Amino acid sequence: MSNILEVQNVVKQYGDYTALNNVSLQVPKGSIYGLLGPNGAGKTTLIRIINQITMPDSGVVLLDGEKLKPEHVQYIGYMPEERGLYKTMKVGEQCLYLAQLKGMPYEEAKKQLKYWFEKFEIEGWWNKKIQELSKGMAQKIQFIVTILHQPKLLILDEPFSGFDPVNANLIKDEIIELNKKGTSIIFSTHRMESVEEMCDYIALIHKSNKLIEGKLEDVKRQYRSNTFQVGVLTNNIEGLMVHLTQKFTISQTNFKSLNDDLKLEVHLGQHNSNELLSILSQFGQVTHFVEKIPSVNDIFIQTVSK
Amino acid sequence: MSILSLIIKREFIAKVRNKSFIVMTFLSPLLFVGMAVLVGYLSTMNKDSVTQIAIHDEAGLLKKEFKNDKYTNYTDLSAMPFKIAKDTASKSYEGLLYIPKVTSVQDLKEKVEYISEDSPSLDFISDVEEVIDSVITQENLKVLGFDAEKIDKAKADSSLKLSKFSGEESLKGLNEIKVAIGGLFGYLIMMFIVIYGNFVMRSVIEEKTSRIIEIIISSVKPYQLMMGKIIGNSLAGILQFLIWAIVGTLLFFIASTFLGLQMGASSTMSPEMMEAAGNVDKVAKLQMYFNEITNLPLVTLIISFIIYFIGGYFLYSSFYAAIGAAVDSETDSQQFLLPIIMPLILGVYIGFFTVINDPHGTIATVFSIIPLTSPIVMLMRIPFGVPLWQLLLSIGLLYGTFIFVVWFAAKIYRVGILMYGKKPTWKELYKWLKY
Repeated sequence: MSNILEVQNVVKQYGDYTALNNVSLQVPKGSIYGLLGPNGAGKTTLIRIINQITMPDSGVVLLDGEKLKPEHVQYIGYMPEERGLYKTMKVGEQCLYLAQLKGMPYEEAKKQLKYWFEKFEIEGWWNKKIQELSKGMAQKIQFIVTILHQPKLLILDEPFSGFDPVNANLIKDEIIELNKKGTSIIFSTHRMESVEEMCDYIALIHKSNKLIEGKLEDVKRQYRSNTFQVGVLTNNIEGLMVHLTQKFTISQTNFKSLNDDLKLEVHLGQHNSNELLSILSQFGQVTHFVEKIPSVNDIFIQTVSK
Repeated sequence: MSILSLIIKREFIAKVRNKSFIVMTFLSPLLFVGMAVLVGYLSTMNKDSVTQIAIHDEAGLLKKEFKNDKYTNYTDLSAMPFKIAKDTASKSYEGLLYIPKVTSVQDLKEKVEYISEDSPSLDFISDVEEVIDSVITQENLKVLGFDAEKIDKAKADSSLKLSKFSGEESLKGLNEIKVAIGGLFGYLIMMFIVIYGNFVMRSVIEEKTSRIIEIIISSVKPYQLMMGKIIGNSLAGILQFLIWAIVGTLLFFIASTFLGLQMGASSTMSPEMMEAAGNVDKVAKLQMYFNEITNLPLVTLIISFIIYFIGGYFLYSSFYAAIGAAVDSETDSQQFLLPIIMPLILGVYIGFFTVINDPHGTIATVFSIIPLTSPIVMLMRIPFGVPLWQLLLSIGLLYGTFIFVVWFAAKIYRVGILMYGKKPTWKELYKWLKY
């Protein structure tokens, strides 16, 4: 699979401050790519470089194998974190204007807009001014404007902020829908659950450096701790504990279950999971046996605080 | 449609649709004409009334010398005792001229007194002093043994005839007319720069505060956006000026017909010209003034106006755009605006005070070449005839500076529009140039 976007050794300095220190990324075609990092890590700078808003001091950015050039703006849809619209301009005119700035012909833009306005059931907003709309409504318009010109690459910076849960879901579904149709998506967010849910690839930027990049499962595999959560119904707790502690490191834990069982977290160390399972089954009925997978949240916090 | 023309169109429409723009466009000429008519009306009112002055001349030395005229009426109250005269004057006269009994005419120099409620006009004071002076002078002449009548006869009254090397006769007061015409153009340019420069700045700030800026510049280059803004706003401004000119002329015609201000025949003349013309008695002279005005390099003037207008406006708007990008709100902009408005004001002052005295002097010449003041000063100089090389140098410098300033402003603009929070210092602005 080829890459829709390649960032190669990009460096950006503001005076003495280094915003990006030799950062490289590969965003595969058709992926949903989560760009993570704490505030001030350099995500926005990187995104601005991809959008040709700022120029890198050194390094190259390739879009679909080609070095970034001004015409590429029409292939990228960008929804910045700090976003807004002209307050006193009418919704329809504004959408048309922004679409034409992206290089869409007037008629085509109008046709597409009609489709999206019908889809979101907001035809009545066409002649309203943005200042008459609520924040959530304005965000919907913002989303339409971002995707209207059918970009190959969609860059969304905190896309769900400002949406209520219903509309956030609506937007999420649209994003997934677009992705299925072949749009590659870069996601920059602090909401780890949406990363967990939607992203195939992640990269983590911290203090101007890229620390992690890869397929979500690969990253998780790399961060797995070989720990299992187990539940067992037994009469001989002490015997079980003695047996377990000979091989494994164990601790008490808690998870939801319908049984009054013994709940443990077991670190396997050198041993494999079958050994654990056989010991458990000797002493009683196993009700729960799950590998503890590190969440993106765990990985994030662990990496950043290192 | 190209990106730039898209932006220009949007900026133009956004500006023109703005309510305050519409109100300004149609209300300003009304206000302006209303004010002019009011002032005109009031000044004719003023002239109609005759000031009543009482005179109490104890020795009867001066009372005959004060003659009634159109504006002043003198009444002799010398028959009354001074106190009663004073009371009467305070009730029914503007003031009382008190001339005490003096032993020698020479004492009149300091003893004559004018008593009134309101301070008299300077004209009145000098008129009265002139009368007293002439009485004393006559007396002095008599004492020295001169024959006053013969001296009067011997007095000559010359009038300097002005002409040019090219042979045509020129007129007094023409400098004022020339400065007025050039000044009008220069002043228009300044007003336009200040008003529309501010519009550009406000429009930049609006994009910043509404946070649409990042979306726009992910589609277009900041430079295109800035130029589009400047051009779009200037087009709106030109439209406004055109409407003002048309509506203003119409209103003047209507007002003059209604009020019978006798402007019908001479409505093409500006008030300054009217005044200058009014001083000349002969119709022939009036005709000469007309000729002189039509002889002014009008074509050069209008072409230069357009060239300087565009150059000056673009130059300053770029500054305004950069400032708008650097700050978050209009209140923060004051600190940066001052250095920009200074040269404009300086230009107007130099125009009105230096050019009128010495249109081709060093100061006027230098400031008509320096780009920041040239649009104003040069336009004031053009009616006096400016060497071609100076004109070309000045225009060349203006446009050269304009290109440099646009480049410089675009840099500040590019960085500034994405900066939020604290107001930048001059030092930081300098740093942005290197980003």
